[in-house]
Amino acid sequence: MIAAIEPTWYLLLASVLFAMGAVGLLVRRNPLIMFMCIELMLNAANLTFVAMATQLGDINGQTAVFFVLVVAAAEVVVGLGIIVSILRRSPGATADDLAELKG
Amino acid sequence: MLAQVDTFVGPEVGWFALSPMLTLLGGALSLMLIGALTPQWPKGMYATYSAVVAAAAGGLAMFQWDDITDSEPTTLVGGAIAFDTLSMFLTITICAALLLVSLLTSDFISGTPNDGPEIYSLYMAAAIGAIVMASANDLIVLFLGLETLSLALYVLAASNRRSGESAEAGIKYFVLGGFASAFFLYGIALIYGATGTTNISEMVAVLHSSVDVFHADSLALAGIALLLVGLGFKVAAAPFHVWAPDVYQGSPTPVTAFMASVGKAAAFAAMLRVLVIALPFYRDDWRPIIWVLALLSLLVGSFLAIVQNNVKRMLAYSSISHAGFILVGVEAAAHRAGEANPGSGLPAVVMYLLLYSVLVIGSFAVVAIVQRDSGGDASLDAFKGLATRRPMLAIGMTVFLLAQAGVPFTSGFIAKFGVIQAAADEHSYAIAIIAMVVAVVAAFVYLKIMVSMWFADPADDAPRIVVPFFAGLTVFAAAIFTLLVGVFPGWLIDAADTVTAYAR
Repeated sequence: MIAAIEPTWYLLLASVLFAMGAVGLLVRRNPLIMFMCIELMLNAANLTFVAMATQLGDINGQTAVFFVLVVAAAEVVVGLGIIVSILRRSPGATADDLAELKG
Repeated sequence: MLAQVDTFVGPEVGWFALSPMLTLLGGALSLMLIGALTPQWPKGMYATYSAVVAAAAGGLAMFQWDDITDSEPTTLVGGAIAFDTLSMFLTITICAALLLVSLLTSDFISGTPNDGPEIYSLYMAAAIGAIVMASANDLIVLFLGLETLSLALYVLAASNRRSGESAEAGIKYFVLGGFASAFFLYGIALIYGATGTTNISEMVAVLHSSVDVFHADSLALAGIALLLVGLGFKVAAAPFHVWAPDVYQGSPTPVTAFMASVGKAAAFAAMLRVLVIALPFYRDDWRPIIWVLALLSLLVGSFLAIVQNNVKRMLAYSSISHAGFILVGVEAAAHRAGEANPGSGLPAVVMYLLLYSVLVIGSFAVVAIVQRDSGGDASLDAFKGLATRRPMLAIGMTVFLLAQAGVPFTSGFIAKFGVIQAAADEHSYAIAIIAMVVAVVAAFVYLKIMVSMWFADPADDAPRIVVPFFAGLTVFAAAIFTLLVGVFPGWLIDAADTVTAYAR
């Protein structure tokens, strides 16, 4: 028999997604993929908010998600703008190529 | 559904109390709109506009200050924004920094494609985000302020489109800043799960209530750990400091000044709101972590600054060591977080933030002036013999460097004395002694720049340095403030002390 799906499962799923995003950001070198990893982490936090809101029977956690969605959308605009300006300057650049600044 | 809309009663907003924020918002939006519809304004007009808006917002914040000290601190917009002296002190700090940086920027973007209203609008938008962070009484509102500030700063860091370094600084800041924001948000989500609210006042009430409603300690502690990672990145505390030197060096210098002043003040304001005000219940759990962050920042910032050759990079590392000093103050504040008598930690921290903001803007202003006529070169060589080439500029820089080192009769001494005294008051002698020893090591870096300015001979082909009017004014104002506060600190210390008397 299949057990009923509980909010805890979603919390576990969210933590796995968050970890995937965090590790992905550290190991991948393509700026676009790194950017997608950040989005994955933000959405893991969203999933946590919704699961917690369900568990607590409280609406505030769900409204928080809308704010985060708007922030994520604004971040896409700024992030893609910066990434495009970099890739125009040096097509196919990876995070390792961006090492002018060091010391 | 419609019936519900009819009976909906909006929260009490308190429009006048929000006027500093609204002034900046109106200023930013109208500058964008008018700037787009009118031809290029005469040189310096955009900067003047931005400076006037900043001064108006700061002036209104002083009015609010009187309102709060005459009556009671309270909350606005349905408990989302705190209206207390802590938020007003930081609002005034942020407006002062915005004013100085606006004046500084004008001469450095004239003649570039950036010479327009956009940079100033972004400054003002970032300042609004910073003020929201300093006044937030809800973790989600705090997150929104953080993102408003950060998104504007990412664009500003990458704003010099002619420079590869600026683009690199922008993407590094964006990726690591986004990483930190995600940690911060996940931390908020877990705290929400543990306490059932994101509102700071309700959170304190829930955690301290004797009735154990829903008390998930492990969830809350995991959330605090994630919040600390996010905050550590934002304040550039070691070991989360790696982005700071690269971003400070690569960004256009006036933007660096803005980041180091407004960015740092806002990040520490967020740290005070989240840890000291919202989570005093767990203070014995997070205080040791702050202690370690303070120690590492002090050591990393001071020792790595010595081996640098680029003055912007040196100042970046020195800002990490300053973050360490401010963390010493936060650690002191943590001892009595949430108590009726909160001790001297909180006033010491906000005082440090104000004084350091002015100092760091002055320092980067001198770097910007030198850099402008040296073809963008900010290495130590560009400063050789500055005392003979531009004596006044060299004197200004010397004042800022001495103050950063914490020499008496400068504002830096008052700042450092404040945090170390606060730590000693709470019997945190170990970190207080380490901080004093590290201050000596850090002084070596500032000495290195001073020796280069005063005792090295200028190169034969050293370019003539022109001091533009507005930038010169910034340096002058910052230097006068530094010395004035160093000699007469009383009024400012009294103002900082009211931060705890009228905290909410």
